[in-house]
Amino acid sequence: MREVAIVGAGMTRFGELWKYSLRDMFVEAASGALQDAGADRLDSMYVGCMSGGQFVGQEHLGPLMADHLGMAGVAATHVESACASGGVALRQAFMEVASGMSDVVLAAGIEKMNDGADVTNVLATAADQETEVYYGVTFPGLYAMIARAHMEEYGTTEEDLAWVAVKNHKQGALNEKAQFPREVTLEEVMNSSIVSAPLRLLHCSPVTDGAAAVLLCPLDMAKEFTDAPVKIVGSGMATGSMALADREDPAFLDSVEKSGAQAYKMAGIGPRDVNVAEVHDCFTIAEICCTEALGFVEKGKGGPAAKEGFTALGGCIPVNTSGGLKSKGHPVGATGIAQTIEIFRQLRGEAGARQVENARIGLAQNMGGSGASSVVHIFEGV
Amino acid sequence: MPSPRYAREIPTRYRLEAARCSDCGKVNYPARRICPSCRGVDFEKLTLSRKAKVITSTVVHVPPDDFLMEAPYAMAVVETPEGARFMTQVVDCDPSTVLPGMDVDLEFRLIRKEGNSGILCYGHKGVPAA
Repeated sequence: MREVAIVGAGMTRFGELWKYSLRDMFVEAASGALQDAGADRLDSMYVGCMSGGQFVGQEHLGPLMADHLGMAGVAATHVESACASGGVALRQAFMEVASGMSDVVLAAGIEKMNDGADVTNVLATAADQETEVYYGVTFPGLYAMIARAHMEEYGTTEEDLAWVAVKNHKQGALNEKAQFPREVTLEEVMNSSIVSAPLRLLHCSPVTDGAAAVLLCPLDMAKEFTDAPVKIVGSGMATGSMALADREDPAFLDSVEKSGAQAYKMAGIGPRDVNVAEVHDCFTIAEICCTEALGFVEKGKGGPAAKEGFTALGGCIPVNTSGGLKSKGHPVGATGIAQTIEIFRQLRGEAGARQVENARIGLAQNMGGSGASSVVHIFEGV
Repeated sequence: MPSPRYAREIPTRYRLEAARCSDCGKVNYPARRICPSCRGVDFEKLTLSRKAKVITSTVVHVPPDDFLMEAPYAMAVVETPEGARFMTQVVDCDPSTVLPGMDVDLEFRLIRKEGNSGILCYGHKGVPAA
């Protein structure tokens, strides 16, 4: 396998982008990544998108996006793994470059959620239609059940959950691309309306439009594009039971642990070696479960980590310096690539006010559904 | 939901039919073709008893459109004495009282009316144990 580097990145602002179509957003992010690297060619591209079909009635996204990028002719593939689609796009691009099959490959993630679709129902297609959605459960409902199981098993409190939102909004306030770049207080979180008990509105990531893209090439070719490439040193992907009811422990995310273990093994490191991480905080409880499954905190001990500052900027392992899905926004298919861009910036020392000092190794974890799929990548600055 | 799919799921939804793996004994509900714990392919049919215990739960305040009139409602993952776990609503009580450990009976109920043609979709819901 060849060593692979990221040499360029581009993304749209995240938010309700009424003036942008799905293709507009893709073109802005993808051409941004190409310009960032000074690249004028592509061998192949991957487009991560959960559901162009249901959100805007558009499938066949590979050729459509290649065409609009002015790159008709290149190989282009749409990949889907619900909210982990972006992470999977990166993994596919990484494998294609590592294998020697292609040299210059774009990994993009896109989602247009604010175009009139019934978002709750579209997102619910990432859960088990026959055994879960049929009976009236929603995504916040599934994560609420994970939260309640965590509370029951480990004594995690609603305040512990709320601190994750407070922390991530504080960090997101420093991110000019974020959908909600503003701080929230503990009281605001604790008094926000209930979406699915015990989860409140400010425990949930928002509905977002956005796109993000990164450009990959072999490490030995990276100097052609940039003086500061970032190596991909580990990649892992795993699946778990689709339905929450089929998991032995509903408070633990097996797929996250497995995908993390694979990535750590490939990188030859452990959780203590990671300086900065982006994890999939689609709901506050998800950040708690993911930090446990990735080994940043002990199993069952993730609850107080945000409140105690362990996972905050300046803490032992800063998590979601971008603001996370919570504050930055969660255009589902784009999220995995946006996480990658945050780590890319951190490892190049370009994260501005939210820079983690001396960050050398970073991790991004992207999850699909209620944890049925998870992708982890580990990056190292050069 | 297309009616062929609805008809196909009747044994599961109406009769609570599960499949016990002949190799490892795991009770799969709904029935599967391959056992997820041992990959066995031989099963014996089993009807679940109509009682269960709540494993974890929530109260849905922001529902999908088809359930708009019912919110807020309690949903739970429940486990039957046979060891089958599944998702169900728990009704006929204050939804905030549906918490882990609660015993419920499973009753045959209307679950939803779908689409403009209004197909009546039935299944089981939990109610507080008698």
